[in-house]
Formats: sequence, structure tokens, C-alpha cells
Amino acid sequence: MATHKIFIAGFGGQGIILIGQMIAHAGMLEGKEVTFLPSYGPEMRGGTANCTVIVSDAPISCPIIDQATCLVVMNQPSLIRFEKIVAPGGDIFVNTSLIKHKVEREDVTVHNVDSGEIAKELGNERAANIVMLGALIKHLEIVKLESIEKVLAEVFSGSKADLLQLNQRALSTWKK
Amino acid sequence: MKEKKLMKGNEAFAEAAIRGGCSLYFGYPITPQNEIPEYMSRELHKVGGTFAQAESELAAINMAYGGALTGKHVFISSSSPGIALMQEGMSFLASAEVPLVIMNVSRGGPGVGGIQPGQGDYRQVTKGGGNGDYHVPVFAPASIQESVDIIYEAVPIADEYRNPVMVLVDGMLGQMMEPVVLPPIRRQITSEEIAQKKPWALTGHKGERTHNVVKSLRLKPDELEKHNIHLEDKYKKMKRELIRYQTDRLQGATVVFVAFGTMSRIINEAVDHLEKAGIKAGIIRPISLWPFPDQAFDEIDPCTKVIISAELSLGQMMEDIKSAVAGRFPVELIYRVGGMVPTPMEVADKTKKILEVIA
Repeated sequence: MATHKIFIAGFGGQGIILIGQMIAHAGMLEGKEVTFLPSYGPEMRGGTANCTVIVSDAPISCPIIDQATCLVVMNQPSLIRFEKIVAPGGDIFVNTSLIKHKVEREDVTVHNVDSGEIAKELGNERAANIVMLGALIKHLEIVKLESIEKVLAEVFSGSKADLLQLNQRALSTWKK
Repeated sequence: MKEKKLMKGNEAFAEAAIRGGCSLYFGYPITPQNEIPEYMSRELHKVGGTFAQAESELAAINMAYGGALTGKHVFISSSSPGIALMQEGMSFLASAEVPLVIMNVSRGGPGVGGIQPGQGDYRQVTKGGGNGDYHVPVFAPASIQESVDIIYEAVPIADEYRNPVMVLVDGMLGQMMEPVVLPPIRRQITSEEIAQKKPWALTGHKGERTHNVVKSLRLKPDELEKHNIHLEDKYKKMKRELIRYQTDRLQGATVVFVAFGTMSRIINEAVDHLEKAGIKAGIIRPISLWPFPDQAFDEIDPCTKVIISAELSLGQMMEDIKSAVAGRFPVELIYRVGGMVPTPMEVADKTKKILEVIA
């Protein structure tokens, strides 16, 4: 039975918490067990933000992880700080638009995603998190792309409906 | 299957109180429970209820006292230092026999402390912080679903015993998200039902009955003694009826952990780690912290070498464990405090060190 333990980190305002919630939500729609645990604190935009998402076929007892199967880092301090958290054989997704530092670990698979640049080309740099989410889902198949699309349509509805098309493009841009 | 909804702990707690029939909420902002008043300010009026932000926690509990005296169901929430400020009111409500559901989303202390998860409220909530011989039943759920179910159930429990009831979680459960199945909407209590079921309520006598007086002031010692013994009889009844706990893998266990709330979830996984290392471990998870589940300790296998209190506090629950164990087994402590939360592996490693010393 598969259990994905995903740790996502970056700075406040990058939409770290949002993509974590979206993965958990999509997992739930597929009938999987999920937990979403955010860091919380006095910081907001510009401060550190991270979250742990577990998606599993079996009941999840503990939302806190010793090791992640997958790390997503959106800024450089997060890579330096959290590189250790990945289990051997795990994956690290690196936002190369903001991270120049190389991953030092040799026992993990590194996925370089220039999500900031891709989002900028699509017309809005703020969609970098969704570009990264698309890359993550395509490589690891934690949840189905259709489930994420369903959640995306829910997130970008109402007053945010005008951002849906851009984010749909952001989600599907990354090719393996 | 009922529909699951991915909800943040604090929002689910507030929704559970609304669905449980609570129509009045009073609170004062404090992290990590701010989403509760926020949700209540947005949602409670939609069901005909009233949200009021008080000027302090002391004001909030006394508003709740007044609100509950009308016979309506009242929900309040705060976090550790805010709960400390409410303790005087809890003693007053217990003495005046007024039902209330209190949510405590606890954080690191003492003092103003920090805003990360903590269980250092154990002593203040189980032993009372207010004066006199009174108790407040305290339930400590370990998941958002269990929290929702307990809050929903706490509403009739508070009514039945005419006493405040507390639901204690820590900041982690308040801030995290899990899928929940929400309970059905319980109809709010009507004026007729209040008149019938709560004849003590202050609803206005309209010249049709003698006026009700609800108070905690009893100046005559013989009257106060009689009242205290009446309350004590209720507390004895609670001790018979409200004890809740779960045990797992006690048979043949070398080590038995005792943990509640967030810590119990870390322990569940630590137990798996230990099993892989050939160490059999069991768990006692108190759900009611007061009344404390003493009888759970009678289920421990005589082959057990040590009982470990696993806490986000410095041995506060260990005092109750030692009392329940009554010298039958050694009791040790594994803790993190100040808002630090251990990982399962960290707990497993500490357990191995304890076992090395004992064996």
C-alpha cells in the first residue's frame, strides 16, 4: 500500500499552504486517507511557510513525519534547511527559478522545475506554485490529475474565477 | 457513505458546536484558536444565533454564564492563558450548576508562553484553576473527527449534569486539516423546551411563577456544605458515567505508553517503530482526562516492564498515572515542551534508552 509523505516549503505568499491543501483535498476525493499539517506562526508574507501532507491507502495515525517521501522546495533557505528530511530513494522538487544552490544528497531523485519562469511566461509569476504542483503530480502520481483539476476549479471560483484559466494552463504546462 | 469534508480543525470544532445546537458564542481572540471566533462571527447568525466578541476572556466566560442562564446552549473557546483567565468563571458556573461547553485549543506555557502546541494545561484543566470543590469533565480527542463527535456530544452532557464541560485539543489539531463527516443539525432548544427541561433558567416569570435565583454565593456554612455535598454526588456520578479511554496492544507488551491527543498519534507510530525493533509496546489513550480512567491500568499485562507517560508537558499527567498504577509498575516520562513536538522515531529512541536502563 502506498503512502506519500510530502513536505512542501517556501516563503509566505508563495502558495505553499494552498498546494498542500489541494493535494490533501484531491486525495480525499479519491477516497484515500489524508492529513494536512501546516506550520503556523506569527509570520505571514515573506516569512517561512511549510506543510506536511500525507496521502495513503491505509489509515494515518500520525500527521507528523520523521522522513518525507517527497520534498518540494520553493526557495533556497528551504532547500538548505529541509534537504535532510527526505528518505533515501525519495524525491526533491526544486524551484530553480529561485534556487541556485545544488542538491547535495546523492541518494534522492532531483526534479528541477523552473516554475517561477514558466509562470511568468504564462502571464503571472504567482502561479509558480501551481506549475510546481503540476510537475509533482505528473512525476509521482500521488493523486490523479483529474482530481487536482476538480479541486483547482473549486479554488478558483467566485471572486477568483478569472484566474482559473491561467492556473489550468500552469497545472498542465510541465512535461516529464 | 456519508459525505466527507476536508476541514481545518478549528473550523470543524465551530461547525460541530453549531450543529450541536449552540446558539450563543462569546470569545476573545487568541492563537491558535482564532479560526473558531472567526467562523462563528461569519456563520452563527445564519442559524439565528449570536456571536459577541468580548473585551477579555474574563468578560467572555461571564457573558457565557449569563447566556447559559437563559437556558440556551452556549459555546466558548480560548487557548491556555485565556483559559487560565476563565477559571474563576468555571468555578462560579459549576457552583451555580450552569451548563456550558468550553473548547481549549492549548499552546505552550507557562505564562503567555508561545503559540505552538502544548499539553501543559493538563493540571489547570483537570484539577481546576478556580476555587472550591468543583470539577469540569475534560475530554481530549485525538483527531478532528473525534473532536467534532465529542463537541456534539458535550452539549447534552453539560445539560445532563448542569456543569461546564471542556474539550481539550492542542494547537496542532486546531490548525491541521483532515476529512470529517459532520453530524446532523440538532435543532436548537425552544422556549417551551427550556421551560420544561430547565425550570431553573432565567426566562422571566411574567407574574406566573415565583422568580428563579441562580447564584454561587451561599453565606450560611451549613447551606454551603449541603450544596457542596450535592455537587460532590454529581461528580461521583460523572466518575461512574463519563470515563472514556482506549487501549491497544496491551497483551504481552514490554512497555505501555499513556498519551492523549496529538501525543497519542505520535505514540501510535512510535509503537510501530518499536515493533520493528522487536520491542512490544501497548497504548492507553485517556479520552476523559477528568475523570481519569484509573481502571484502564488494571488491563496492563503483568509482564509489562515499564509504563511511560508521553506528554507535551513535564510530567503533569504522570501524577495521575502514578496514582492509578499504585506502585504496580515503574512509571517513566517522555516529553517535549515549549511548543516542541517529537517525531515518532524520537519517541522510539528515547524508549529504547529507558528500557536499557531498566533491563
